[in-house]
Amino acid sequence: MYKKGIYTILYQQKLARDVYVMKLFGDTSFITAPGQFVNILLEGRYLRRPISICDWNENTITLIYKVVGEGTRQMSTMEPGVKLDLLTGLGNGFDVSRCGQRVLLVGGGVGVPPLYGLAKALLAAGKTPVMIMGFQSKEDVFYQKEFEELGCPVYVATADGSAGVKGFVTHAIAQAKLTYDDYCACGPIPMLKALYDACPTTGQLSFEERMGCGFGACMGCSCKTKYGSKRICKDGPVLTKEEIIW
Amino acid sequence: MVRDLSVNLSGLHLDNPVIPASGTFGFGWEFKDFYDINILGSFSFKGTTLEPRFGNDTPRIAECPEGMLNAVGLQNPGIEAVISQELPRLKTFFHKPVIANISGFSIEEYAKCCEMIDKEEQVGLIEVNVSCPNVRHGGMSFGTDPAMAAAVTKAVKAVTTKPVYIKLSPNVTDIVSIAKACEEAGADGISLINTLLGMRIDIRTGKPILANVMGGFSGPAIFPVALRMVYQVAHAVSVPVIGMGGVSTARDVLEMMMAGATAVQVGAANLRDPYACKEIIEQLPLEMERLGIEKLSDIIGGYKK
Repeated sequence: MYKKGIYTILYQQKLARDVYVMKLFGDTSFITAPGQFVNILLEGRYLRRPISICDWNENTITLIYKVVGEGTRQMSTMEPGVKLDLLTGLGNGFDVSRCGQRVLLVGGGVGVPPLYGLAKALLAAGKTPVMIMGFQSKEDVFYQKEFEELGCPVYVATADGSAGVKGFVTHAIAQAKLTYDDYCACGPIPMLKALYDACPTTGQLSFEERMGCGFGACMGCSCKTKYGSKRICKDGPVLTKEEIIW
Repeated sequence: MVRDLSVNLSGLHLDNPVIPASGTFGFGWEFKDFYDINILGSFSFKGTTLEPRFGNDTPRIAECPEGMLNAVGLQNPGIEAVISQELPRLKTFFHKPVIANISGFSIEEYAKCCEMIDKEEQVGLIEVNVSCPNVRHGGMSFGTDPAMAAAVTKAVKAVTTKPVYIKLSPNVTDIVSIAKACEEAGADGISLINTLLGMRIDIRTGKPILANVMGGFSGPAIFPVALRMVYQVAHAVSVPVIGMGGVSTARDVLEMMMAGATAVQVGAANLRDPYACKEIIEQLPLEMERLGIEKLSDIIGGYKK
């Protein structure tokens, strides 16, 4: 189920280079799984902006997003009290019941946020998440402390080596000699592909695509899977490893 | 006062003229959780071809000022799956006649699909899409030449019993000549306009945003172009016209009808706001009241107070 609603910005702050956290107040009853997203209508922009949900409770939603264009730049200048028109409860999200006991969470850049809500859900289910986060550089790193405060071990990789392990998330996983039952990942396609090739276990991977509607009507974000075509917005954004065709 | 919103498309009675346009409403399923779609006049289902189609590579969508480009490329499950899966499911939550939007890559394919869909009880009208800008060797090529458009119309009319409306492309020099050719070939009505061919480039990469390079431009930005073409065609043919292109508000619906449309389709607006048609239908009686319109069908083709 999904629904349109009006949400009020409680606060917003910069977390890292071009990355902002925004907390919204409103009805969260349609959010059912970590890894789902909201679709935000912005004044003067024709299409909504799909942003993954980082965390939520009874009446607040935390979003973390990166300024990549005019729409997200517009969002980054919004003050507390501003009201936004959102569709919530979009996408399938991660399935905690499919996860094994020890779960690698692998996030690249703004792929990190949905894994925070997932880490909380895994801990609540008595499972053990281990977080691997990859960024370009030290100034892009965010939420390391927040994951650690959940009691979740965190390994950081940066492409330029300015923080954590030099290289990609796959280097961090190899260097730490981590053992795990399966993994959940969100990030750029090259990162997802590298993980798919490097990790022998089952996994759930969250994909990004340019969307029209965000709720399955326009077929703008279709991809081919082993089980036929799927819409990233409605049948995804999370696909299981075994169904993915690269 | 109870205001009469009903219109009639070649014998098909609609409670109101508001019809979600093909490709923006799927087969209704995605919208039924937002609102009861039985408030609609009807809706035009996703463009269907003989064979299943995956469509074009992604990205298929690009935003524009007051609009969007799409290059979906007629993704659909194929006519057999539509008949065996989509229509039986549709019947469980939509209890009005639906408009079947049919596309093809040859005259034979159009005829075959229309013959098959003609047998479906819930189909009240067949809308033949000769105007998809996003597929090669088909779609729009049938709608840019009066002789081809007429040939498709004739072939389809020969195998159907339901009203046949031909959906035209705006990407032509003279849309009136194509509309007239369809009317002469037996079309029961004309739908227009499909999307305008457009393009965007990502200036960070220098490459087109759409994998297909070009796509169909829709949204409020195209409304004046659509209105002009509806006006031209409605004044040149005697069959009913379904007007569409950038319609987003109840006032746009009234304007389209005054330009000559008997019914009005709403496209991109459904993607921006899934409640767009519901809001238009709720606003229509209020706008009619403001303008002193008692019977909506009175304003088709112009209105004098």
